[in-house]
Amino acid sequence: MATTETTASGIGPVEGGSVYNVDNPAPLIEAPRKRTKKTPRTTRGNFEMAAWLFMRLSGVLLVVLVITHLLIQLVLDGGVSKIGFAFVAGRWASPFWQVWDLLMLWLAMLHGANGLRTVINDYAERANTRLWLKGLLYTATVFTILLGTLVIFTFDPNIR
Amino acid sequence: MATPVLDKVEAEAAASPYITVTFRVRRFNPEVSGEATWEDFQLEIDPKERVLDGLHKIKWDVDGTLTFRRSCAHGICGSDAMRINGKNRLACKTLIKDINPEKPITVEPIKGLTVLKDLVVDMEPFFQAYRDVMPFLITKETNEPTRERLQSAEDRERFDDTTKCILCAACTSSCPVFWNDGQYFGPAAIVNAHRFIFDSRDEAGEQRLEILNDRDGVWRCRTTFNCTDACPRGIEVTKAIQEVKRALITRRF
Repeated sequence: MATTETTASGIGPVEGGSVYNVDNPAPLIEAPRKRTKKTPRTTRGNFEMAAWLFMRLSGVLLVVLVITHLLIQLVLDGGVSKIGFAFVAGRWASPFWQVWDLLMLWLAMLHGANGLRTVINDYAERANTRLWLKGLLYTATVFTILLGTLVIFTFDPNIR
Repeated sequence: MATPVLDKVEAEAAASPYITVTFRVRRFNPEVSGEATWEDFQLEIDPKERVLDGLHKIKWDVDGTLTFRRSCAHGICGSDAMRINGKNRLACKTLIKDINPEKPITVEPIKGLTVLKDLVVDMEPFFQAYRDVMPFLITKETNEPTRERLQSAEDRERFDDTTKCILCAACTSSCPVFWNDGQYFGPAAIVNAHRFIFDSRDEAGEQRLEILNDRDGVWRCRTTFNCTDACPRGIEVTKAIQEVKRALITRRF
């Protein structure tokens, strides 16, 4: 007959019994990759978030700035034929247009540079390639921004 | 009663359900060659069968060396995500009639992860990212709970979509950002972080948001929606990622 006793519900007693008890507890399963004070900090910071937000906000501003700029320069009041040294000198005589152009220069350059930075991050596979491409990008950006700013602030309409 | 029997016999004679389908499978065996190659298999199969049934037929009747993962074969274990006709799907949820059996059906391993053999990839980087977001309940109360942690139906609804994830990696391996260097956390890890960040019972949302604020965290998402298209469970993956972004911004400002 049956070697194990059967209960009314047909469930036999547990065979073997547990290996672990109070004196011999089961091994603790560590939380995967526990983050402690000793864990090296990763690149966490708010730079990526700031960059992401900047792209959205500058994008909205640039739509207004650039479309108005293009309208004034190319469409309204005679279109592109009116543009000359005198026209630029006339506009930059007003601080309003100076600020407008300065804002457009900085926002467009930083927006474009940040966009290209993400493109390089996404497409350049080797660390060295990334380094060189980004170096080139940052150099060009800084050069253009500084030169543009210099011109806006030191523009002299009486130059000969 | 004689008429239906006659009809059945006639119908069976008129149309066999089987059609000939070509399976074009990406084969790779590192012990034989470092190059992956395409191999074609002709099968007689009912178009109402699934791609997985075709693979079984190949493995069991044609070529036993074909290697692929599958466990439950019913779309819930997430083992058999593969690139079928250029799109990430579960082989066990894709019917042959739905993917144009007139042309060869291409079957490849999912992209962005190292191929070990044929359709089997090394899932370790994927699971590493998953572990990194701490996908388990964390509470400040460290004592063992004495009763169930209750939650309202509305609170449960908040993260319902992201509880559906089966960790098949179809989304992460469809993400072009993940393809580049594999450092990006990937949609699946973010979905599983989302599941706990928006759970009213969990108290480590802040910690998880901090982890996803990483250089390779949510900000690398380019909203290409590949993940949402690939998800065999219909999770709105990109939406979940955007919700994590929004949570990161609104908690700061």
